[in-house]
Amino acid sequence: MAEFRMPALGADMEAGTIVEWLVKPGDKVKRGDIIAVVDTEKATIEVEVFEAGLIQSIVVPAGEKVPIGTVLASIATDDEAAPALAPRPPSPAKPPEIVRPAFQPIVPAPPIIERPPSTMPPVTRGRLRVSPLAMRVALDLGVDLSKVKGTGPDGAITKSDVERAAKSVPPPPPPAAPSVKADKAGGPSQPVMTADERHVAMRKVIAAAMVRSKHEIPHYYLGTPIDMSHSMGWLQAENLRRPVAQRLLYSVLLLKAAAVAIRDVPEMNGFWIDGAFKPGEAVHVGVAIALRQGGLIAPALHDVDKKSLDEIMANLRDLVNRVRAGTLRSSEIADATITVTSLGERGVESVFGVIYPPQVAIVGFGKIAERPWAVDGLVGARPVVAASLAADHRVSDGHRGALFLAAIDRLLQEPEKL
Amino acid sequence: MNTAAKTIRITYREAIKQAIREAMQRDPRVFVMGEDVGRYGGCYAVTMGLLEEFGPERIRDTPLSESAFVGAGIGAAMGGMRPIVEIMTVNFSLLALDQIVNNAATILHMSGGQINIPLVIRMTTGAGRQLAAQHSHSLEGWYSHIPGIRVLTPATLEDARGMLWTALQCPDPVLIFEHGTLYNMEGDLAADAGAIEIDKAAIRRSGKDASLITYGGTLHKALKAAEELSAAGIDAEVIDLRTLRPLDTAAILDSVTRTHRAVIIDEGWRSGSISAEISARIMEGAFYELDAPVARVCSAEVPMPYAKHLEDAALPSVPAIISAVRGMVGENG
Repeated sequence: MAEFRMPALGADMEAGTIVEWLVKPGDKVKRGDIIAVVDTEKATIEVEVFEAGLIQSIVVPAGEKVPIGTVLASIATDDEAAPALAPRPPSPAKPPEIVRPAFQPIVPAPPIIERPPSTMPPVTRGRLRVSPLAMRVALDLGVDLSKVKGTGPDGAITKSDVERAAKSVPPPPPPAAPSVKADKAGGPSQPVMTADERHVAMRKVIAAAMVRSKHEIPHYYLGTPIDMSHSMGWLQAENLRRPVAQRLLYSVLLLKAAAVAIRDVPEMNGFWIDGAFKPGEAVHVGVAIALRQGGLIAPALHDVDKKSLDEIMANLRDLVNRVRAGTLRSSEIADATITVTSLGERGVESVFGVIYPPQVAIVGFGKIAERPWAVDGLVGARPVVAASLAADHRVSDGHRGALFLAAIDRLLQEPEKL
Repeated sequence: MNTAAKTIRITYREAIKQAIREAMQRDPRVFVMGEDVGRYGGCYAVTMGLLEEFGPERIRDTPLSESAFVGAGIGAAMGGMRPIVEIMTVNFSLLALDQIVNNAATILHMSGGQINIPLVIRMTTGAGRQLAAQHSHSLEGWYSHIPGIRVLTPATLEDARGMLWTALQCPDPVLIFEHGTLYNMEGDLAADAGAIEIDKAAIRRSGKDASLITYGGTLHKALKAAEELSAAGIDAEVIDLRTLRPLDTAAILDSVTRTHRAVIIDEGWRSGSISAEISARIMEGAFYELDAPVARVCSAEVPMPYAKHLEDAALPSVPAIISAVRGMVGENG
């Protein structure tokens, strides 16, 4: 018997609210399946399961807020024959995953990539008058209640209003995530916070993390300009022969270069936990993405160092869309081992980030601009980006940090090998 | 309506009398006592003729002391009898509240489960007959607050005929509230009608747009309102609770889950009423099924007036029920 617990979806998360169960007792699950939706102060997160087996029971119903580590459901794992009725002694609890880093509030920053607004705006949940049934039906049908005219008592939105709206408006495209069909018996979904409440809560979370970072982490800062002429030239040529939909953004090169450079200087990647450095087992790059309503989230792109540029591009596009739609997965929230931020598109030359604890480094990129650049005694104009590093001095020293930035520089000179 | 051979034409009053007669015939331990139940034939003429039929040992007139004769009923039940105690109206039952609540409802508990009180108390409840504040209140909701007793509210001929015998089989005290406006209600009843279960609410009219949840005297107002609503294209379901304690919560939730709207009609006063309890249970059990706030139609919070027009104004009415339903169904019909 395994226990599915409220995960820590961020270093500062203390509790989460089950918004919705996507499975019911008796359902078969495998590792990686999204089985619940959890609301934290910052976002609504799709939570994945780490065991394969049968859902035995749902312990915490939808709508309840519980501390991290609380058992939410029990799972009869595949290697157990699980007679449903046989009572079992409580099995030793799998330790809840704690101190996995989640959000990467650096500074209220614009995203590394600006995307057009997602086609699936989050449901507006202000102070609309909506019957409980209509609310549930709206979530099932994906209807944006802010656009529904209420005809019920005192103009309240009723079920039939929602159904009418669902018929007249084509349903929004399904989210890019492999979606699990919501199970009605799993409990009603309900709005947990209004946009304003969420904004206030998010600022609090960012504040707590940043205060902790500046309080605990002895940052050191390094910066270097990097000649981007090879990268930009290669990218231009590459994009010219690609269909528009498959073109790459230069951010993908920056992300890949930072991830691969970690092979040279692994102490940039991982966590400072209980007074010691714990290297990351893989390179999951947190990408700072600003939210339109303010605040930001830095969900992880997994295994960036091992992925092709096309894969990274596709993952990034998917991630940004889901950040906007509010459908992040728990692994994306919890897994980042290093963060990359870019304020370049806002026109600043460089950015020195604040490390998101318990991570130990954050890489920053400013805007790419033409600068005078001397090569072989001749000055010419080259596209240049200011790369920066803020790193945890408890884990690494300036010398290692310098090697890391140098490795990024070197990799960006040979973009075709990335 | 006429399935001739199998039904008889009968009043609610007569149906209760038949039930009492059958109980007396079937079980020698059953006897009736109360004010004027013998020689006068009962204040509402329910026991008319029974004295002649069964004699003064089993149809017993009592002094005007509710506390004394309800207490005597409790003692008789403890002694192995199956008393049917009649209290003239619910207003007067308050004089016996100590016996009902402090003794009848608690002796099983206080005796460690050794002593049951198989007592049935019948009483008239409700308004509508210009009997004013002395005789017209609806306090059955109060009694349904008390653990240890059952509260029945027969509203149909079948229940008037069938609930008594089942209540007598219950090892614990059962209070039966007969709404005063129902005694003259006449209709067809199966000739072989008899004992009927007392645990479940009944759907008296099926519908899909709203649940009218009621009991006792207001059942017929709810049914009439449902008829008129159906002419307007609104299909209301009418739930007759039948038993106020224990409440058939499952039936209530089941109905609301189908209709998504609920109006509770209760002749009691709104504050702290059984309608409040029902509404709370709907919130607890079917909140996400609700498409509109639960509505209530109750009596005005005044002592029941004597004047006809004031009494009418104070009581739940068919137009008030219709208006409550229309208010929640909205423009959607």
